[in-house]
Amino acid sequence: MNDRLSPRVRDRLSSLGLLAAALAASAVIAGAITSAVLLATGVDPGYAFAEMFSYGFRPNSVVAIINQGTTYYIAAIAVAIGFKMKLFNIGVDGQYRLAALLGAAVGGAWVLPPVIHQVVIILVAVMVGGFWAGIAGYLKVARGISEVISTIMLNSIATGITAYLLTEDRLAVQVQGSNNIGTRPIAESGWVPGIPAGFLGANNEIYGLVLLAAAVGVGYWLLVNRTRYGFDLRATGQSATAAAASGVEVKRMVVYSMVISGMVAGLIGMPQLLGASHHYALDFPVGLGFTGIAIALLGRNHPVGIVFAALLWAFLEQSSLALTIHDIPREIVVITQAAIVLTVVVVYEVVHRIGRRMQQQRVGAQLGTAEVA
Amino acid sequence: MTTTPAPEPEAAPAAVELHGITKRFPGVVANHDIDITVRRGTVHAIVGENGAGKSTLMKILYGMQRPDEGTITVDGTPVQLTSPAEAIKRGIGMVHQHFMLADNLTVLENVVLGAERLHGIGAKARARITELSDQYGLGVKPDRLMEELGVGDRQRVEILKVLYRGAHILILDEPTTVLVPQEVDELFGNLRLLKREGLTVIFISHKLDEVLSVADTITVIRRGTTVGTVEPAETTARQLAALMVGGELPVPGLRDTVAGERVMLRLEEVRSLSPDGRPVVDGVSLDIRAGEIVGIAGVEGNGQAELIETIMGMRPIASGAVLLDSVPITSWHTRRIREAGVGYIPEDRHRHGLLLESPLWENRILGHQTERPNARGPFVDIRGARADTQRIVDAYDVRTPGIDVEINALSGGNQQKLIVGREMSGEPKVLIAAHPTRGVDVGAQSAIWDHLRAARARGLAVLLISADLDELIGMSDTLHVILRGRIVGTADPHTVTPEQLGSAMTGAGLDPDAAAGPAPDAPDEGEDAT
Repeated sequence: MNDRLSPRVRDRLSSLGLLAAALAASAVIAGAITSAVLLATGVDPGYAFAEMFSYGFRPNSVVAIINQGTTYYIAAIAVAIGFKMKLFNIGVDGQYRLAALLGAAVGGAWVLPPVIHQVVIILVAVMVGGFWAGIAGYLKVARGISEVISTIMLNSIATGITAYLLTEDRLAVQVQGSNNIGTRPIAESGWVPGIPAGFLGANNEIYGLVLLAAAVGVGYWLLVNRTRYGFDLRATGQSATAAAASGVEVKRMVVYSMVISGMVAGLIGMPQLLGASHHYALDFPVGLGFTGIAIALLGRNHPVGIVFAALLWAFLEQSSLALTIHDIPREIVVITQAAIVLTVVVVYEVVHRIGRRMQQQRVGAQLGTAEVA
Repeated sequence: MTTTPAPEPEAAPAAVELHGITKRFPGVVANHDIDITVRRGTVHAIVGENGAGKSTLMKILYGMQRPDEGTITVDGTPVQLTSPAEAIKRGIGMVHQHFMLADNLTVLENVVLGAERLHGIGAKARARITELSDQYGLGVKPDRLMEELGVGDRQRVEILKVLYRGAHILILDEPTTVLVPQEVDELFGNLRLLKREGLTVIFISHKLDEVLSVADTITVIRRGTTVGTVEPAETTARQLAALMVGGELPVPGLRDTVAGERVMLRLEEVRSLSPDGRPVVDGVSLDIRAGEIVGIAGVEGNGQAELIETIMGMRPIASGAVLLDSVPITSWHTRRIREAGVGYIPEDRHRHGLLLESPLWENRILGHQTERPNARGPFVDIRGARADTQRIVDAYDVRTPGIDVEINALSGGNQQKLIVGREMSGEPKVLIAAHPTRGVDVGAQSAIWDHLRAARARGLAVLLISADLDELIGMSDTLHVILRGRIVGTADPHTVTPEQLGSAMTGAGLDPDAAAGPAPDAPDEGEDAT
């Protein structure tokens, strides 16, 4: 058994090694590009990076990075589910905002016993997200509308619906102590307590729903790699024609995958909603779905890869606060992020080709013949 | 443009000279030490088995691949062919096996497409096309719509396209694959005329009798290298075949019938429509009994592929019924049909049979995702699938270093053996086999035939579709001919000849006197897909 498994383990290790090398290479390239931009604006890159690192690794920053990373992680998994079968769910953003709004509204409307309260809020969000994404899935199979177009348009519609619902006649109330408006605050029975981060030396708390993100990651891995459904999903992504010939109902897969992607998207707002703000307001972040696309790309749709990608992203954003203190435009970080995504796509492709060539050479060597093509 | 001197093959420098050509792909040597001299004004055939390296060689000559070693000389000048455009500039043109023509354009438009700068797109171009057509006796009319033309005419348009671009060295890659014997004769007539006009033709084939009848010189390739160059007058098909395979040729053998009485697959008046409402399968009825192989002969594109897709539930059925072991499966979905015991060897294994970037063991699961040993409840049974993949690799002699390599690292024959092994697993009742030995080397071919025969002896019902008439005649218990979606005749494989079949495939009927085609075919090594 051990003998049988060892080549498999070796393959997996070598592919992980290549992955790490790819990430390192793209980080170096992105760092060089950022340095060039910094130099051009008259800032010493070494100084800027040093400030970013020292700020980014302060305990309170680390907690903030973990919290932000949790949100990003769920967003990226939502996108990755679609990516696995070559579906581009650009609409994660709209799905998440609509889901968070309605989840918050339901959570604020009633006071339910603890546990049930949180579960109800999360279920509402999941269903709303799934429904909203399902519209795009349905349009794709019924009318042949590209999910890229329909999800972008559904984002706009979601923005309109949130704006419509988030008025004081409808779902919103004045937020206490500010002139912002938001949904009725969720009673304490519906909160998810944070994890005190004293062990990191920080005085803020990690979102309790970081565990939800971990569960999403494990569930994603199980679904994709261990279930028949996941096999069909990957097969459809690799070759829709071969999948159809193997008995996969491709249209049904499209709808299911969109819905599942949207359901996960519905979870994106939960850590913040249940762990910190306790209501949905106009200041909920916009664009998380798009960040999720970049992070999914960076993490190669791999549940562990996405952990690192999400944390890296959050780290760059958090540490860029240090730049503002020193009057360096923090938008420089956006350049870094963009450079990382662009280089990583290229580097992955190169690494992929190298990996394939190595494998073919091994096949040729082991068969020991001039096997003709 | 195509000013060509009178044929003086001995005095003039050779049209093409290849010397020491070697081409390596990762882990694979496709060509090594190729030496070929093609004299001007001749038809030079290059024969070899599927997978012997002919296609790679042609790609090198046409500038699509660059050799790692060796020299190419055209008309006495050493050249570096870096792209097809470069090759055309040197006067080398390629007629591809699969036509590259736009159906909804006219002949004129197809010919000038991409070569508008030569003679414009109007009257001058039309005059040039007519001139070339007359000069080489191609009989191409510039204003016909491409979709109205038959296969033979299309091929002549392809040849004309190449001539129009100024080629005087023509490469024809397996030009007869898509033709019936009568059309092959016409093509050879055209080739002789081209030769007389001083052009040089390089003719790639694996059909020995065709090569013997048309070529002036024959070069044989085996395992990636040239093993001999002979004159057709000094050799026989047997000798050539021996050179090609380096041994005995496998022949799909006839045997006693073992067919039972139980009808395993019955088609009743099956009709299927194209998107524009034309019937592509038009009232096909047939029975396949247990232990019987039913072959379907036909020129490609006459509804065979659609018939199979209809049976497999991949294409909607317009009317009629399909019964599997007396159970109607007409409206079933593909997965249910497969689960009910229908194995499927698809025509295009890359499009329909494999996940190219997945390891062997995942490809073992494909098509049998819900069945043991691949699945346990809603989960994939990785251990079970891996163990069974190893069993297939051993039993079907799939040459691979392991079951974890991506399947696209294997040769076509080994990929096909895995598919055959997979589809034979789990005791299927019916096997739908489309071109099961296409693009497969001789060893794999006879192995696949053996497996089919063994399965037949165990009571498997097989629907066999093939473009290889020898395979059809040799393997089938019953043989139907399909033309434009209809079964137009039924032949006895024990008595029918390839010529009679070829004639029936064009609609001339199964008349024994129609065998006025070329000399009887020697055993043929399967159709090329490389």
